[in-house]
Amino acid sequence: MSEAVTHRPDAPARAGASGPPAGSRRRRSPIAPAPATPWLFLAPFLVLFGTFVLLPAGFGVWISLHDWDYTFPTHPFVGLSNYQALFDPSSTAGGPFWESMRATGIFTVLSVPLLLVVPLGVALMMNARFPGRNFLRAVYFAPYVLGVAVISVLWRYLLDTNIGLVNHYLGVLGLPDSTAWLTSQPAAWASLVGVTVWWTLGFNAVIYLAALQDISAELYEAAKMDGAGAWQRFRHVTLPGLRPVLMFVTVNTIIMSANMFGQSYLMTDGGPGRSTRTAIMRIAETGLSSFQMGSAAAMSYLLTVVLMALSALVFWLFRDRDAVRPRKKVRS
Amino acid sequence: MTSLQDTAAPPVGTSRTDPSLRPARRRSLRYLVLYLLALGFVSPLVYMLATSFKTRTEAASTVPSWIPDPFTTQAYQYLFSAPDTPVLTWFANSMLAATATAALVVATASLAAYPLARMEFRGKRVVFALVIAMLMVPGVILVIPNYLIVSELGWLNTLTAIIVPSAASAFGVFFMRQFFMNLPVELEEAALLDGANRFQVFVQVVVPLARPAMATLALLAFLTNWNDFLWPVYVLFSPETRTLPAGLATLQGANQVRYDVLMAGAVIASVPVMLLFSFLQRFIIEGVSRSGLKG
Repeated sequence: MSEAVTHRPDAPARAGASGPPAGSRRRRSPIAPAPATPWLFLAPFLVLFGTFVLLPAGFGVWISLHDWDYTFPTHPFVGLSNYQALFDPSSTAGGPFWESMRATGIFTVLSVPLLLVVPLGVALMMNARFPGRNFLRAVYFAPYVLGVAVISVLWRYLLDTNIGLVNHYLGVLGLPDSTAWLTSQPAAWASLVGVTVWWTLGFNAVIYLAALQDISAELYEAAKMDGAGAWQRFRHVTLPGLRPVLMFVTVNTIIMSANMFGQSYLMTDGGPGRSTRTAIMRIAETGLSSFQMGSAAAMSYLLTVVLMALSALVFWLFRDRDAVRPRKKVRS
Repeated sequence: MTSLQDTAAPPVGTSRTDPSLRPARRRSLRYLVLYLLALGFVSPLVYMLATSFKTRTEAASTVPSWIPDPFTTQAYQYLFSAPDTPVLTWFANSMLAATATAALVVATASLAAYPLARMEFRGKRVVFALVIAMLMVPGVILVIPNYLIVSELGWLNTLTAIIVPSAASAFGVFFMRQFFMNLPVELEEAALLDGANRFQVFVQVVVPLARPAMATLALLAFLTNWNDFLWPVYVLFSPETRTLPAGLATLQGANQVRYDVLMAGAVIASVPVMLLFSFLQRFIIEGVSRSGLKG
């Protein structure tokens, strides 16, 4: 606390890497701040964060314990009956909710593996110096910048059964050219997953690429010297080096996929039937169109609990097991 | 013959690959795959632009055309003149909301991140833990209560509802804190020893150094807000308050068959972000890649 003034400025305090190593003593500034100073800095953010993040996160629980119809002046307390109704598959709330959870589940199971593997393949191919690399990176990333509304409206046109480009060119190639891409199953899932991969591939690829460039070339050299082939170098140098980023990308992609709304809303309108109506669609309809906010809040907590459990599972799967058992398969 | 296998994993237990003639063929295969893929990304966008200049009949033709014949601006004229599709107003709303949100995010997140990176005080760990916790929580639990809060504040059907709630950015605080932690502390210490107070140090020493990070955060916040979909669809309900994505949704509901008009709307929603992206793509991409936090 008092040694700070005499330190040598050229002594590297931090290696510019991530945060301070755990348990180390952080260098303090020579002058301690007045007690109010940090809070003055924090105040504007805390007002916003408190009002629109912390407060609603708690308030939602309160709402879910009431029969909270937005259009009615009174909101009777009903305890856990919103949750009970959701867990009863024969009730008007429970049936459609689990149907929508199933749709979200199908979409997540289909899209997440593709969104983990395909961008990794692209990033590996781009992880070299060659002309036009930055241009390609920007091209792959472009759809992500356009956002879900533009992408969905565009693909609704391209996937149109009669006048869409997709069916036209399938016909040119001599393949079946009358698939109802958005109004029949399983084509509708194929469309939603395909468009989502097209839309967000660049996002994950860019994150992978940055991580690949952080893996030291010396490790690859050393592995080569030891006679490791391409696959072994990937297994024992690339994958371990990507572990923290893979974990982040996996959790992030699961959450993004489980929150799918716009693609279904604009491309299939939840159809055919109710097959692509996702949990988020169901929550938004129940809470913001029918104004049954108690039930919708309860649904959003159930969905969140499932997502948190999944995230915890991913963290557990990706934990550093090398210390315990050095030869364990890395699941990817 | 085996070069196609390079991209797939060879069966376990294969011996080392034959080093001759591999690299060149492998490289050309790589270029072929990457550029074909790029074509698959560019062509749909080109087709969107082309269709927006087609006549109604040509846009609905079963034989797709890449070059509009005749070239017409009918779709745009229709959009600008129809009373229920005030596209220019939507455009202005989106611009205003995204710009205001970006400004708010950068200001509040930078200010809040500074003491979290540089000062010791009681309650610091609690604040930071809350920020991290909310970074992990899916946003869906906030939608219903926030609708009630915004309605209580009298903001329903106004742009304020699109700007203020989304300006509370836990990601922004996390992002700026990472940046501040990596700045050398000596300059700030020297300024403090010269008698400057913390706010002067922040404004005169830290902010000039943090400009690139602040620009990146501003871009990411702008894009996120510009493309936000669910919230505007439900919070804005009159034609003149909508943002572009919400407007596109109503446009689709009303013009199921007029793909020329839909594509024109999509083009209008794309042009600003595409311009931003083409000039500043390095910042955006670097910002995103840094969000894949190290560890």
